[in-house]
Amino acid sequence: MVTQVTTAPVAVTPSMTRRRRGPAREDFRVNWGLTLIVAIISLIVLVPLYFAVAMALKSPAQTGTGTGFTFPWPLQWGNFRAAWDLTDFPLAFSMSLLVTVIAVAGEILVSSLAAWSIVRNWGHWQFRATFVYLLLALFIPFPVVALPQVKLTAAIGLANPFGVAILHIMFQLAFNVLLFSAYIRGIPAELEESARIDGCSTWQVFRKIVLPLLAPMAATVGIFAFLQSWNDFMMPHLITANPKWQTLPVVQYLFQDQFTTNFNVAFASYLMALLPTLIVFLIAQRWVVSGIMRGSIK
Amino acid sequence: MAATALSSQQAAVRAKRNPLRMVKNLFFPVAPTYLFMIIPAMALFTFFIIYPAVQGAIWSFTNYVGYGTSKFIGLANYKAAFADPTIRDSYGFTLLFAVTACVVTNVVAMSLALALNAKIRWRAGFRTIFFMPMVLSGLIVSYIFTFIIGTSVPIIAGVIHFAPLESSLLASQNAAWLGVVFVASWVAVPGAIIIYLAGLVSVPGEVYEAASIDGATAWQQFQKVTFPLLFPFFMINTILTFKSFLNVYDVTVGLTGGGPGTATTSVAQTIFNGFFNGDYAYQMANAFIFFIITLFFAVFQLSVMRRRGGTL
Repeated sequence: MVTQVTTAPVAVTPSMTRRRRGPAREDFRVNWGLTLIVAIISLIVLVPLYFAVAMALKSPAQTGTGTGFTFPWPLQWGNFRAAWDLTDFPLAFSMSLLVTVIAVAGEILVSSLAAWSIVRNWGHWQFRATFVYLLLALFIPFPVVALPQVKLTAAIGLANPFGVAILHIMFQLAFNVLLFSAYIRGIPAELEESARIDGCSTWQVFRKIVLPLLAPMAATVGIFAFLQSWNDFMMPHLITANPKWQTLPVVQYLFQDQFTTNFNVAFASYLMALLPTLIVFLIAQRWVVSGIMRGSIK
Repeated sequence: MAATALSSQQAAVRAKRNPLRMVKNLFFPVAPTYLFMIIPAMALFTFFIIYPAVQGAIWSFTNYVGYGTSKFIGLANYKAAFADPTIRDSYGFTLLFAVTACVVTNVVAMSLALALNAKIRWRAGFRTIFFMPMVLSGLIVSYIFTFIIGTSVPIIAGVIHFAPLESSLLASQNAAWLGVVFVASWVAVPGAIIIYLAGLVSVPGEVYEAASIDGATAWQQFQKVTFPLLFPFFMINTILTFKSFLNVYDVTVGLTGGGPGTATTSVAQTIFNGFFNGDYAYQMANAFIFFIITLFFAVFQLSVMRRRGGTL
């Protein structure tokens, strides 16, 4: 993969941009025509989100037979209360959080350890073979192994959020090891050797020298893990046996039939399920974006 | 690395004298800590991914129904799967959807990345807006669009007398898949934009100055300068989006439930149905056909990339 791009701040100098007319200049002349076009296109993103908010704040009578786009007034905050109680939101939220926390921590730890072990022992064919063996999994999508996996997790008592989190870690292992190993190859081994001379054990070298250096890539892996685990529907839907232990997206699916009597409560529920990732994104946007760039370019 | 190589050489010399050491060196050639770091991960990986894959492959040659005993029936499941119109239709829909959505996502994302990289006002704000769908759950987004496309759009189309959309797009046997393409692309475009923006940042500005001086038009600049430089990023995006579109499940379940009829039932959904109607071994055969197809596309894409000088 392309390796020269490491950090990716989105800042761009004017000279890099595509010019429509006129000679090259260093000052920033705003292209208002293009700005207007972009603003109009951005409605494709904004209108559905506005629609969800508008629907969530109306009563069924206010929606009536309208399109749903009318401004909600007076605001019906009660929809959120109703959705909260109906879907047992705190429980579903806790389950999503549980799966996500285990998956994020597990993916960072398991794959960084494996990648370091592989890269630093690259001279041994056993480790090279291990790497190739892992990469096989890049070509195994979940639907292919879903049926046997459901039987397997049920047989060993993991038909629950823990099983889902473990499977998230395992399915991402190949990709994460690929990311980490590309990054570790860029860390000079001399750093680690000087620590060894100072008396550090292998484990201490990893914990004190390597792990801190891996922070940027760990952030990338963590962001991917967070988004995937939080939003995953396919795996918890199939693996988790008890509907009480389902994560937020699956709970929306399970309640879809009951929602049809009151779409406004449904939309309040959708919004509550969407808000956590949206808030995290708006707060940590710079991190998320640069993390995803690092992950895709490495 | 020099120290490790040296110690392994020494170990090899010592191993020659002792057969027990030789066995140990074959399987555990390095410090135990390294092994401790990788062996549990590999054991879990084998148990949770490889073992089910092998077991599924074996089941696909039997008449297993998900419980009880089964017997070997050879290639019967595969033969039946190839003749099954439900399975054929699911591949038809999934491939048509994946190719269309992949093209739509890449064209839209590349155009938007160029626009978001140009000299527009409120660039950071627009970027935030266009990135937002990336963090949203595909299933829930689909539920929102189900209502918009199924209820709101027909009302609006009725008012302005736009006949094609006066009845719900999602209820149309022939056009429902277009709705799936739209929503799946809506979710996938932001990630692709980010990758294209990363590519645009790495394009040196001087080449555009040179092109401008030579009098190249905007389109010529795109064709001759921007696109060739973006090509590796185009390939990465194609591979990533196509792979995820082939496994489409959330969006079809949320938007159409696979309907109307089975018009938008994806391969993934067909496989999962094997649970509910006793077609367990049969759908495992389907899953392995799907695996071979996935593998074929992955290898094909990688080889195209190699040929075009990409660096994956």
